[in-house]
Amino acid sequence: MTWFLVHFAEIVFYSLAAVALAGAVGVIAFRSPVHAALSLLGTFLAVAGVFVLMQAEFLAAVQVLVYAGGVMVLFLFVIMLVKARDIPDEPQYVRRLVPAAVGLGALLAALVGVGIWAASGGLPADGAALRMVAGAPLGNTEAVGWSLYRDYLLPFEVVSIVLLVAMIGAIVMGRKESGRGGAA
Amino acid sequence: MANPWVAFLLVPLIKIVVILLAVILIAAYMSFFERKILAYMQIRIGPNRVGPRGWLQPIADALKLLVKEDIVPARAEKFVYFLGPVLVVAPALLVFSVIPFGPAFKLFGYEVTPYLTDVNIGILFILGVSSVGVYGVILGGWASNNKFSMMGGLRSAAQLVSYEVPMGLSVVTVLLMANSLSLVKIVEAQKQAGVWYFIPGIVAFFIYFVCGVAETNRNPFDLPEAESELVAGFHTEYSGMKFAFYFLAEYANMVVVSSIATVLFLGGWLPPFPNWLAAVWALPALAWIPPIAWFVLKMAAFLFVYIWFRGTFPRYRFDQLMDLGWKVFIPVSLVNLMAVGLGVLLIGGK
Amino acid sequence: MTVPISHFVTFAAVLFAIGAAGVLLRRSGISILLGIELMLNAANLALVAFGRQHGQLDAQVFVFFVMAVAAAEVAVGLALLVAIFRKQRSIDVDRLNVMRW
Repeated sequence: MTWFLVHFAEIVFYSLAAVALAGAVGVIAFRSPVHAALSLLGTFLAVAGVFVLMQAEFLAAVQVLVYAGGVMVLFLFVIMLVKARDIPDEPQYVRRLVPAAVGLGALLAALVGVGIWAASGGLPADGAALRMVAGAPLGNTEAVGWSLYRDYLLPFEVVSIVLLVAMIGAIVMGRKESGRGGAA
Repeated sequence: MANPWVAFLLVPLIKIVVILLAVILIAAYMSFFERKILAYMQIRIGPNRVGPRGWLQPIADALKLLVKEDIVPARAEKFVYFLGPVLVVAPALLVFSVIPFGPAFKLFGYEVTPYLTDVNIGILFILGVSSVGVYGVILGGWASNNKFSMMGGLRSAAQLVSYEVPMGLSVVTVLLMANSLSLVKIVEAQKQAGVWYFIPGIVAFFIYFVCGVAETNRNPFDLPEAESELVAGFHTEYSGMKFAFYFLAEYANMVVVSSIATVLFLGGWLPPFPNWLAAVWALPALAWIPPIAWFVLKMAAFLFVYIWFRGTFPRYRFDQLMDLGWKVFIPVSLVNLMAVGLGVLLIGGK
Repeated sequence: MTVPISHFVTFAAVLFAIGAAGVLLRRSGISILLGIELMLNAANLALVAFGRQHGQLDAQVFVFFVMAVAAAEVAVGLALLVAIFRKQRSIDVDRLNVMRW
């Protein structure tokens, strides 16, 4: 019975991975964009769970907040706005190129497989470093915050400018009919 | 706790059952009190037929909804239509897993904590999980294949996403003062500080609660279900148990917002001025009050304010609602965040 | 009793491949954006997995930045889609064959 407790992390990982992959397949298999978006939501939540397993609790929370709380709501909003329900979305490919695509894909997969096999020796390092703040163990959120605001302050500010630009751009493009010269 | 099964499975399971039952009961009786209090505010009597003074009304309502026919519109998107109520209830109940109702106490020699778990990302967890609740509303509105439902769902999505921003910003001021994301630590920090955070964070407190009202789609922000324009908004087509789920989620969400406001701004289970009046609270006449009673009292006060709002304010227009969110609350909460940050820097916070 | 890193990375790789397939196979602009999101998430997973393997926090900070950029990308991408839909009444990328209108 204790087998369950000992292998708890593995059980959780493989079930979450299965959910995430099923969701991902759903994203490209469902015709209706709403169903595709929903199944992507499932994938995001499962990935957040995997983040927790990898001792990245802060990222898990941000993943749920940003992707589930923001990005996917935006997607659904736009899907309903453009009434994408009525638009057919058949998978498209040129039949002649299928063998070439399969071959290339297999080659790439082999390459990635070898890379993973070569890179993945040994056990993971001690997770303590993921929650160290100035030499004292505190918590993952604190550690990320420490790193973010000390070592990566400049990138952080740059990202905030990227977000600002994106926001302005989205507003400019989203406006109804901008007058001539207003937003060219 | 020699047996790992007891610590790992049995105790959490018992806690889950207790918390779920309590929340569902509170939500059910919340609807009763709402009708009763509104009635008194409007000089009526309110429900008084079922049981003594109408006290069994919520039970009767629940039974009625349980046995009612479940109607699915002919051209509805079946699966999503079913998923909507589930997605709206599950996050509302999930949030209760991290809300601390009281401090740890001893029971039969074991240390028992009256909350399911204390995670170190507590408040982020709550914000994240409650943002998932939007899907239930949008999807329910979309899947019903009804113009009114759709409008209600879209309005609600816009409203929830807009008001989440000032809400998050006002929560950040508390994090600045408490130096932690864990809800238990936030309450303990308020004990250390000797003052509830709503005094230094009065602006944040106000913004949080108003945004909380908007997030739960309640008066005066109940545009998604404005009956004079949208029939019943996103749940127009829902009946029976599925409607009951939307109903339950709305009231559970009110309890959630009230509980979080209690924990963040009103010192959770602490009595007023826990240090300054410590001698008073230790008096035999008052010492018997369990901490959880303080929590419930504060939560009930917030719930009353919800009903009070409903009895008092007329509904906003949608553009007014958006203006209020984006042009008033977000700038004010940003300025407030900077002010509190400066204060913490100068005075030292904690 | 931990999951070996190769399983994490394989998981991420498969997720990435599915996302890439989505981008290449679908014609609706929304489906393409969904595929891109999947690929970004897969990259994040791999980053976090490697970061854990080496006991380094920097990977998590990078993932944080990736998420911010992903959010920006979605906002701009969806705004573009809405603008295109207003002009063309369609979001089929195959029909976006004019350089100006």
